[in-house]
Amino acid sequence: MDDVRAMHIANGIINGPVSAIFIVVAVAGLAVCVRRARVDLDDRLAPMAGLVAAFIFAVQMLNFQVLPGVSGHLLGGTLAVILVGPWVGALCVATVLLVQALVFADGGLTAIGLNITNMALIGTAAAYLLVALLLRVLPRTIASLGATALIASVIGVVVASLGFVAEYALGGTTQLSLGGIAATMAGVHTLIGVGEGLIAATTVVTVAKVRPDLVYALRAFRKQPIGAQA
Amino acid sequence: MGAGHAHPLHLDRDSRVHRLAPEVKIVATLLFTIVVVVTPREEFAAFAGYAVLIALVALLARVPAGWLLKRSTIELPFVLLAVVLPVLGHGERVDWLGMSLSVDGLHGAWNIFAKGTLGVLASLLLAATTTMRDLILGLDRLRCPTVITQIMTFMLRYVDVLIDDARRMRIARLSRGYDPRFLWQVKAFAVGVGALFLRSYERGERVYLAMLSRGYAGRMPSPVEATAPAREWALSSALPVAAAGIAVAAAVLA
Repeated sequence: MDDVRAMHIANGIINGPVSAIFIVVAVAGLAVCVRRARVDLDDRLAPMAGLVAAFIFAVQMLNFQVLPGVSGHLLGGTLAVILVGPWVGALCVATVLLVQALVFADGGLTAIGLNITNMALIGTAAAYLLVALLLRVLPRTIASLGATALIASVIGVVVASLGFVAEYALGGTTQLSLGGIAATMAGVHTLIGVGEGLIAATTVVTVAKVRPDLVYALRAFRKQPIGAQA
Repeated sequence: MGAGHAHPLHLDRDSRVHRLAPEVKIVATLLFTIVVVVTPREEFAAFAGYAVLIALVALLARVPAGWLLKRSTIELPFVLLAVVLPVLGHGERVDWLGMSLSVDGLHGAWNIFAKGTLGVLASLLLAATTTMRDLILGLDRLRCPTVITQIMTFMLRYVDVLIDDARRMRIARLSRGYDPRFLWQVKAFAVGVGALFLRSYERGERVYLAMLSRGYAGRMPSPVEATAPAREWALSSALPVAAAGIAVAAAVLA
């Protein structure tokens, strides 16, 4: 599992019943997100959500070298959570995955539940909880917003990859050793998470400097925009 | 710019499959993939049957085999995983060409290879015969929540803008003699990404406000409001029904 594009689970890696269970999990999770997102989605957030999805989609195509032979791409969950909030953010990531499965044959159609659960639900939920916590305890500076994005990205990506390990333990179609998979996935994804975190942090910081009104996490957790005093 | 009308995997032809309503194609592809995935991996004949079905659809859709094969290389990472499985797997082992291979690993490799390939080919056929706009229309008719189709519509509007802007910025960077590609050079990439994001957002915001002022209310106007006739559902159901028939036949005969 050296090639990180294997992040999108294909058909047949995880057995049928477990895939079906996770389709139910994903649909239920997304249904909650859809309900909550309707409240969030106003005139400012609608184009932002589209752009975040397009951005994740485009940036996932740009592979960058992590180590010789290992290239990775961003998942974008943390970026989405900070810019458009947890509900719309999860829907953005899920939309990207859906389009990739339908149009680019990346990630199997029957594995869509697994992929959505890992990347759109588990990954973004972990990232959002961290963002919510860190933005409350860290000092109100741009630097701490960047640090939050970095930390939440690393943890979010690793947690998403461990979601795959859990699914593999439940319904893997082959008998690779579970410890080995867990170690490989966590190791590779820590590196990806750092790369992702640096990019998410820089993007969020750039946006927060120029248009602090666009950053959902700042609206939610810091009533007074940090750009105001600058 | 032609943004959002086609995608790189769309093959602009005129065929019976291209003309089918998008929602029936999505459902047929999904059902076919489900049948493939639930088929036990020992039913080798059934997988051959599925491959024949895919070939027939490709023929009907006038999609050349070479086109399909070239684009199915997207699943190569999984094929690599399939290659290492027989070597790393546990359990009973067989000797082949002097290598000790795990039986379970061989089955697992076959499982991933066969199901992965068939799934990719089915998705590629859907993509080749359906434009992006039609896919969104199909999802909308399948009662996909408007929040999701709305995000998808904007995403597709913006993705070409983003890619073009990114290319311009990359050429600008290259022409100044800098080509970051390793982890320790990620700052240049990230700074570019931040600038790209803001540029695109401000463009996207203008487009969105222009759409709102022209009466956009969360759903793109569709030129044809009619849903798919029963005849199209019947025609496209031939694929999953035939696949299910093959699966049942293989299970009964085995």
